[in-house]
Amino acid sequence: MNWLALASIVSAAVAVSFGAIGPALGEGRAVAAAMDAIARQPEAANTISRTLFVGLAMIETMAIYCLVIALLLLFANPLLK
Amino acid sequence: MNSPLSSVPLFHVGPVPVAAAVVVTWGIMALLVGGSVLVTRRLSLVPSKTQAAFELLVDAVDSQITETMQMAPAPYRAFVGTLFAFIFVANWSVLLPGVEPPTARLETDAALALIVFVAVIWFGVRAGGVRGYLASFAVPSPIMIPLNFLESLTRTFSLLVRLFGNVMSGVFVVGIVASLAGLLVPLPLMALDLLTGAVQAYIFAVLAMVFIAGVVADGRPVPLQPSTPQNDQRTPP
Repeated sequence: MNWLALASIVSAAVAVSFGAIGPALGEGRAVAAAMDAIARQPEAANTISRTLFVGLAMIETMAIYCLVIALLLLFANPLLK
Repeated sequence: MNSPLSSVPLFHVGPVPVAAAVVVTWGIMALLVGGSVLVTRRLSLVPSKTQAAFELLVDAVDSQITETMQMAPAPYRAFVGTLFAFIFVANWSVLLPGVEPPTARLETDAALALIVFVAVIWFGVRAGGVRGYLASFAVPSPIMIPLNFLESLTRTFSLLVRLFGNVMSGVFVVGIVASLAGLLVPLPLMALDLLTGAVQAYIFAVLAMVFIAGVVADGRPVPLQPSTPQNDQRTPP
């Protein structure tokens, strides 16, 4: 185990853990706003939840990017070859 | 542990290596095509129970297209419906023991994202001609051309990464928990996996619709969407 491998493992963990914070907060805000909107206008629930799903997928992609970076570091690291 | 980014060839057809994901993909394609042929073989005006159920399905796809794209669903029904059906069945193929969903592999998702990328160009050119399609890059103003061009590439990439990341991470987590804890412990995670798979199939189809609707609406001389500011200016006071 050299320093490069150690650094890769630590960075993968840091990438996922810190990369999940922002999207988590964002998704929380989005869901809260959608709940608020549905409570005010229940007849628009269909449109709101569809837009919410798409928006959540967009936000979630940021966390997924971090996951992919972590997987690249762990499984396809060019520096460790 | 096997890397989720690489795929191991299952067998070779001549010089061509065939991975397990390809076999599952062809199985799903055979299932969908065969099922569709079987269901639509004897269509009647007074539908049987099976026909009514599938008509309900097509109706649901139609209403989603109408609500999302604000257009007549007929030209897009086949593409969007097939996209949704394939990804849905692929994500839920994890229910069969020993089958890994092909969408958990980078190659399948890359192919799907590329199909959407080409379909956006195809529908854009068909709706507004080559000139209209190219003009859709200059909306709202010509300054945005480089950004819009970049966006058409990055959103394809993000489609790919989103589907891959969601499905693959589900499979990965279930594998890790099963190896750590035992037989029945990963069951709730697998249930969550099914939910994620359904939602991701829906989102993939909706995003494809949104991209197509964007390029089709932007390529037209008169935008159809009622909420755009140009339309508001045009209405008489």
